[in-house]
Amino acid sequence: MAPQTRKAAIVGGNRIPFARSNSAYAQASNQDMLTATLDGLVARFGLQGERVGEVVAGAVLKHARDFNLTREAVLGSRLSAATPAYDVQQACGTGLEAAILVANKIALGQVESGIAGGVDTTSDAPLAIHDEMRRVLIALNGARTLQDRLKVLARIRPGMVVPEAPRNAEPRTGLSMGEHQAITAREWQVGREAQDELTVRSHRNLAAAYDRGFFDDLVTPFLGLTRDENLRPDTSVEKLARLAPVFGTGEGATMTAGNSTPLSDGASAVLLASDEWAAAKGLPVLAHLVDAQTAAVDYVHGGEGLLMAPAYAVPVLLARNGLTLQDFDFYEVHEAFASTVLATLKAWEDPGFCKERLGLDAPLGAIDRARLNVNGSSLAAGHPFAATGGRIVASLAKQLHEAGPGKRGLISICAAGGQGVVAILES
Amino acid sequence: MSDWYRDLANSGVGATLVRQLGLPRPAVLRRYEPGAPLLTGPAVVGTAGEGRLQKTLTRVLEDAGVAVLPAVDADGERLGAVLLDATGVTGPADLAAARDLLAPAIGRLGPSGRVLVLADPPADADSPAQAAARQALEGLVRSIAKELRDGGTANLLLVPGGADASVPGPVRFFLSGRSAYVDGQVVTLTAADVPEDQDELRPLAGKVAVVTGAARGIGAAIARVMARDGAHVVAVDVPPAGQSLAEVANEVGGTAFQLDVTAPDAAERLTAHLRERHGGADVVVHNAGITRDKLLVNMDAARWNPVLAVNLQAQLDTTQALLDSDVLGSGARVVCVSSQSGIAGNRGQTNYAASKAGVIGMVRAWAPAFAERGATINAVAPGFIVTEMTAKMPFGTREIGSRINSLQQGGLPVDVAETIAWLSQPTAAGVNGQVVRVCGQSFLGA
Repeated sequence: MAPQTRKAAIVGGNRIPFARSNSAYAQASNQDMLTATLDGLVARFGLQGERVGEVVAGAVLKHARDFNLTREAVLGSRLSAATPAYDVQQACGTGLEAAILVANKIALGQVESGIAGGVDTTSDAPLAIHDEMRRVLIALNGARTLQDRLKVLARIRPGMVVPEAPRNAEPRTGLSMGEHQAITAREWQVGREAQDELTVRSHRNLAAAYDRGFFDDLVTPFLGLTRDENLRPDTSVEKLARLAPVFGTGEGATMTAGNSTPLSDGASAVLLASDEWAAAKGLPVLAHLVDAQTAAVDYVHGGEGLLMAPAYAVPVLLARNGLTLQDFDFYEVHEAFASTVLATLKAWEDPGFCKERLGLDAPLGAIDRARLNVNGSSLAAGHPFAATGGRIVASLAKQLHEAGPGKRGLISICAAGGQGVVAILES
Repeated sequence: MSDWYRDLANSGVGATLVRQLGLPRPAVLRRYEPGAPLLTGPAVVGTAGEGRLQKTLTRVLEDAGVAVLPAVDADGERLGAVLLDATGVTGPADLAAARDLLAPAIGRLGPSGRVLVLADPPADADSPAQAAARQALEGLVRSIAKELRDGGTANLLLVPGGADASVPGPVRFFLSGRSAYVDGQVVTLTAADVPEDQDELRPLAGKVAVVTGAARGIGAAIARVMARDGAHVVAVDVPPAGQSLAEVANEVGGTAFQLDVTAPDAAERLTAHLRERHGGADVVVHNAGITRDKLLVNMDAARWNPVLAVNLQAQLDTTQALLDSDVLGSGARVVCVSSQSGIAGNRGQTNYAASKAGVIGMVRAWAPAFAERGATINAVAPGFIVTEMTAKMPFGTREIGSRINSLQQGGLPVDVAETIAWLSQPTAAGVNGQVVRVCGQSFLGA
C-alpha cells in the first residue's frame, strides 16, 4: 500500500472541435470521435505504442454495442493495445468524474499515468425498439417449435414497430432539462438580459481564445471542422434578444436557443500522470488536481432545482481545503444554460440559501466575474455531454499554467439526475 | 501517384511502340531503400591530371562494398558508376583524359547509373587556363546529364583545398538512390569538422528534427524519411491541418505541434516548445509554403502578402529566433525549401518566385554564421514534384511539366525528402550555403 497520496498532474489535453447536432459529425460514431481524440492526444505527446496506466471515459448516449466503448477506442488508437480501459457514466459530469477517477488512482500510486475522456453524439443516437416488441423478440428466441414461434409472432402489433428515441428528459418528472431549469431560473429571478449577456461573453471569450492560439495545443480538427461549430464571434445582446423563449411559459420565460446549450457532438481527453512520469517523458505539468467533490439534490420531491447540486458540492470542497469562494484565480462554471450559472452564483450570494440549504453561517459571497469562464464555455463551444469535463479540465489547467505557479481554479459541472461534480486545480 | 506514361514506356508492347515512334522513354528510377547497396554494379574511378581524391573515392566505395575497377571492361558487368577526380586539371588539355575515361564508361553504365565528377572551384584557380578547365567540367557534366538514359544522373562536386574531409558523405549521396531525381547539379563543399563516419542505416539517430508544413505532401514525406533515418520528428503545421498532422506524427512516431508559423509569437512558441519538450533541436526544415497564383497585374495584397509571410519572412524569423535561443544543438542543420520557380521564375507566380528566390539569398547570406557554430544552412529547390497539388493541374500542363527534364518524369515527394535528410546528416557538415535542385535537371532555369 502506498503510505502517502500525491497530487495527480494534468499534462495536457486534446479534443475535437464540437459540432452541432446532425452536422459535421453526423456520420461519426462515439467510437470514431473518441478514437480520433485519443490519437490526437497520442500525437501531441508522442504516446505511440505507450501503455498508459488506464484510460477512463464514457458517453451519456450510448449504443448497446458500445458496452466497452473506451476499450474499443483504445484498441483502435495508436496507444498500446495492452492499455486497460473502462467506461464511466455520470451524465454531464462524466468527463470530470473520469478525470477524478484517474487522478485518484495516480494519487494512490496505483497507476503512474492515465487518460480521462468523454464523448457524445446526438446525431448518431441509439434508437431502441419498442419495449413490447423487444419482449416479443426475446420470447421468439426462446420458442422451441414452429407453432410456438408463430404464436409469439402473432403478438406483434403495428404500433410496436415504432422505435424509441432517447429523450432529454428526467425519467421521474417527465420534464426536459430545459423545463427544469426554467423553474430554477424563475425561482432565482434570473433575467433574460443577464442570461444573454453571459452568453455573449462566452462567445467572445471563446473566439478570442481561438484567435490568440490558446487552443492550438488543446484542439485537433476532425472531419473538416477546425473550430467549434456553435461559436458565433459576432453575436450580441441585441441579436440574442430577438430569439423567442423555448423553455418556460408566459411572461417569465427567459430561456432561448441562444442562452441554452445546443445539442452537440464531440469528444475530449485529458492526460494525467504523476510528476515523476511526466518528468521522465519530458512532458509538462500544467496543473495538479487538488481535490474534488460530488453532490446530489432531491429535485423530485425536495423542492431543489435539477441543476443546483454544484451549489451544494462547492462549500463542502471549500471547507475541506480551508478555502473561501474568493480564493480562486479562475472559475469554470459549466454553462448548461446561462441561467444555471447565474442561479448558482446567486445562490452562493444568498444568505437565506446558504444558511438554510447549505447550513452555512454566512453566504459564500460573490465572485469576480472577470475570472469566470475566461476562455468561453459550453454556451459558445457546445456541450457534447460527457466531453465537457475534459474540455474544461484541459483548458483550465493550461490557463492556470499560463498565469504562473500557485494559481487556483474551481470547476463546477451540473449533471442530469440532480447531480453535481466540482474540483479544484492548482498550477 | 502513378506515372501512366512511364509505366507504358516500360511495358512490353509499350516499350516497342515508344521506341519506334521515337518518344521519350522515362525510366523507373532507383530509389533508396534502407540496407540497399550503394550501387548496383562496380565503379570505375579515374583521374584527369594529378588528382588528390582518388584514394578517398576508392575508400568510400570499398567501405560500401562496391567493387572498384581500374578501367572499363567492355565485356564485363554493367557499371554502377564512374567517378572522375579532376582536381588535378591545370588547363584544357587535361580534359582529354576526362573524355578518355568517361566515354567508354558511360557506354557500360547500368540502369540508374551515376557519373560523378570532382574538381576544385574555378574561382580558386591559379591561372585563367586552370579556371577555364575547371569551368569546362560544368558544361561537360551538365551535357552528360542530358545524354544519359535509363535513370542515369551526372553531378559535379567542387572541392576547395582543405575540404577533402567533406567529400565522403556527399559522394555517398550522389551515388545512392537517395539522389534519384538530383541531376546535372553542382555542389560546392567547404572545409568543416566532419565526422569520420556515421551509422549509415540510421544517420539521424538521436536527433530532434522539426519539419514545418508536415501535414501532407512533401512535408509528410520529409517527416517519414527523417523518422526512417532515426530522427524524432516534431511535425509542425497550421492548426486547421491538425487532423492529418496528427496522423503523420503518429505514423512516424513523432509529435504534432500545431502552429501558424506566421503568428507574431510563433518563433517564441516554437523555441519554448523545443526547449521544454525536447531539450532543443538538431534539424529544422522550413518546408511550410503556400501559393496564391495570379498574373502580377491582377495580384492584390491579399495574394502577395501571405505568400511572402509564410514562404520567406517566417523562415527568417524562426531561424533568427532559433539562433538567438539556446535551442539549436551543436552541429545543427537548417534546410529551407526553395523552388524551381525561385530560380527560373514562373508565369503567374511573381509572389511565390520572389519568396523562393529570397530563400536562396537568405541561405547564402547566413551560411558563414552557421559555419562558425559548426552548423549548416542549405536550400533545396524542388522541380516538378508529383503531389496532390500537381494532380489537380490540367492534363496537358501536367504532362509537359513532368517531361521537360533530363529524366523525362516528375519527381516524387520522397526525392525532395531524401535530399533534405542527406543535408541533415552528420557527414554533410561540409555542405553549407548550397542550393540543391531536385528537378531531374529541369530545362527551366538551367
